[in-house]
Amino acid sequence: MDATFNLTVNGARRTVTTDPQRPLLDVLREEFGLTGTKYGCGEGQCGACTVLIDGQRTLSCETPVSAAEGRSITTIEGLAQGDQWHPVQAAFLEEGAMQCGYCTPGMVLAAVALLQEKPHPSDEEILVGMNGHICRCNGYVKIVRAVHAAADRMERAGQ
Amino acid sequence: MNSPTPNWPRNEDEESAEATGPDWGVTRRTFIHAIGAGLVFTVTEQASWGQRRRGDGGERVVTRLQLNLDGTFTALSGKVEEGQGARSQLSAAAAEELRVNIGQVHLLMADTDHVPDDGITAGSRTTPQNVPPMRQAAATAREMLTRRAAEMWQVAPRELVVRDGAITQEGTTRRLTYAELAGDEEIRNAFRQPVEADLALTVASDWRVMGQANPRPNCRDLVTGAHRYPSDIVCPNMLYGRVLRAPAYRATLESIDLSAVDKAADVVTVREGDFVGVAAPTLFRASAALELLAATAKWKTVAQPSSENVHAFLKEHAQSDRSRPATRGSVEQGLAEAAQTLRATYTLAYIQHAPMEPRTAVAEWTDNKLTVWTGCDGPYRAKSDLMRQFNISADQVRVVIPDMGGGFGGKHSPDAALEAARLAKAAGKPVCVRWTRAEEFTWAYFRPAAVIECIGALTGSGALLAWDFTNINAGGAAIDTPYDVPHVRVVSAGSDSPLNQGAYRCLAATGNHFARESFMDELAAAAGQDPLAFRLAHLKDERIRTVLETAATNFRWEERRKRVSPRLGVGLACGTEKGSVVAACVEVALDPEREQMKVTEVCEAFECGAIQNPGNLTSQVQGCIMMGLGGALFEEMLFADGQILNASFARYRVPHFEDVPRIEVHLVNRPAAVSVGGGETPIVAIAPAVGNAIFAATGRRVRAMPMQRHVFPPS
Repeated sequence: MDATFNLTVNGARRTVTTDPQRPLLDVLREEFGLTGTKYGCGEGQCGACTVLIDGQRTLSCETPVSAAEGRSITTIEGLAQGDQWHPVQAAFLEEGAMQCGYCTPGMVLAAVALLQEKPHPSDEEILVGMNGHICRCNGYVKIVRAVHAAADRMERAGQ
Repeated sequence: MNSPTPNWPRNEDEESAEATGPDWGVTRRTFIHAIGAGLVFTVTEQASWGQRRRGDGGERVVTRLQLNLDGTFTALSGKVEEGQGARSQLSAAAAEELRVNIGQVHLLMADTDHVPDDGITAGSRTTPQNVPPMRQAAATAREMLTRRAAEMWQVAPRELVVRDGAITQEGTTRRLTYAELAGDEEIRNAFRQPVEADLALTVASDWRVMGQANPRPNCRDLVTGAHRYPSDIVCPNMLYGRVLRAPAYRATLESIDLSAVDKAADVVTVREGDFVGVAAPTLFRASAALELLAATAKWKTVAQPSSENVHAFLKEHAQSDRSRPATRGSVEQGLAEAAQTLRATYTLAYIQHAPMEPRTAVAEWTDNKLTVWTGCDGPYRAKSDLMRQFNISADQVRVVIPDMGGGFGGKHSPDAALEAARLAKAAGKPVCVRWTRAEEFTWAYFRPAAVIECIGALTGSGALLAWDFTNINAGGAAIDTPYDVPHVRVVSAGSDSPLNQGAYRCLAATGNHFARESFMDELAAAAGQDPLAFRLAHLKDERIRTVLETAATNFRWEERRKRVSPRLGVGLACGTEKGSVVAACVEVALDPEREQMKVTEVCEAFECGAIQNPGNLTSQVQGCIMMGLGGALFEEMLFADGQILNASFARYRVPHFEDVPRIEVHLVNRPAAVSVGGGETPIVAIAPAVGNAIFAATGRRVRAMPMQRHVFPPS
């Protein structure tokens, strides 16, 4: 049976009436038009659907909408503060850390979460911390560089 | 000058015109071109000019380039952007010859109502085949604009200089911008004239836009989530479709109970022969309905080969002609005179491209016209398939390919487009079909498996004397040896592939290089020679020698070769395909106790003529190296009885962050040489270099791709 859920998405209160088992990914994309969050595998194996829920990295493809009730969700569309990009976005751009770019929203959000935990990660910590995320263009080398560059930007900005 | 700055304002939706404009049509003679960041360009020509196909006698300038009233240009290409960098490359090509900043060129790609048919996006062909015509059209446009200014000022065109989108006369204050000329009737007429084939293009040493690390023009939208991929297209009242799949290949549907789905729940069901599909207002409900239907379906299946025995099956069904004449010399004579003869058989598994964005399409029928947004390498191929499927004319189909989420040769077939159009027609509403990962792993096509048989013969002094090389099933790309051998026979033999197979990044060249370069290592060992010295002794091609020496020198081959141990191997390989040359040195670390191995370093040198975009080329080479490691080490489709057994990222291992070795890329630039494509060939040297490093450390020659499970076989 359908039920009504209240979510905070990118700072705005949203309400949806739907099947409680429907993936959060589908609700974000189909109900709220937030198509920056991508379907990649549907079973939590690739990271393309990553969003932040209360600041925590979450795979939205295997999160039922009911589990997001009352929580605060950040998608790639909500990462920038007004016109000011998040340093991770700027660093990905600066390093050219995307080819087809389909994995990029998930990569960027994963990097944001990683840098919150480890503001100055080593190569090894990036490789381990980002490991659930697949890039089939295999642009891993530049993504690692972008995460380092983002760390530097955040330090300079005093974040 | 074109590097992105982090403080750029957020871009609302740069791709809106290509990707989300179901209502965007040509309604006026001067049409509105809503192509960039909220800007609307009024162009001076009809869109229909762009549809003119190749071969209708001299391409017109307007087929490629239209001058907008603000002095910017709309460039048109039938190529698809899927991450390989065609958008920045073609934009730079136009900007270079027009003498404008790359931001002044708005490139419209892969929309069959507006762009020419440039064929399928494949084979590294954009660089050699599509960049030159774009440059020629842009050079012609620049000349026409210059001549017009000269005419207006009554001076000779040669006295004028074009820079940054403005024409000036040296020593005077005369200045005309492209914007000022855009409304001119003479210019409109001039752009309708054929491209001038004899105009010289800018030489590489004078390039100001080409040759730079131009970022992808819409890269900002990739980091903000604003870009609309094919799977992000939404039409009003759109339904989500799912298609019933057989439980096994070649299975036929015997019966199904469509009443299992409650039609009151606004779910549309369709059955046309073996095609069964559903469409519902949400993907979740469509999937639930499909599950109900699938439970009632009865199928007839047939016995089929499995991945366990596929190589024997391919060999048994090989259309091999062993009596085929030698490619050079006489292999029989060479073998008869040989001091040493080696024979080896290599195999290759089927693998999947597994692009991050699976096949997807949105189809909409309005006023008897079908519009499809999809992810496919061939917009015009999709169009003709749709015309045939629905028996409709060319002007009744429009195919749009928004910049899509990867392909690697895997998206030539417009499967999702055909399915979405079928469901949309039945539903009377737009329908989105988005393949699941399991569908993409199962119902897309595969890179062919192969059996490759090698015979090599050496003289008493360890020189190559004869070479006999047969590829069964994978194809003939890069099958001939670049080495100097007097007696050579190479054969590509077809077979009866049990799986649907097709293109892949470098296709057969990867398997052929794996076998050739591994077997060269076997021959070097048999001759008692260093693998590098043995290759160089048989290699006349200066370009291959250069990349091989570049890779070896930077890797410090000789020194590191001496340090090889059972725990640390080094290997190298080189080759050529699609006009470019590559060499790689790799280091492999092994842990025999734990039975683990890791590729710890790759040093690759690559050369593809004059480099048009070093930033993008580096990305492509790095990507090829990592993708090559996947096929070399662990990627492999497992199947039995017509069923794929590992149709998920959990069971089909692709390269991850943890697999990233130290990577060094050395791009060899040849500014005076013709540019060829660089997105594929860098993959071919990886697998053999890894196999050779494993051999160096362990003495075990692994002759099967993927290799990892053969390195420490169960004792």
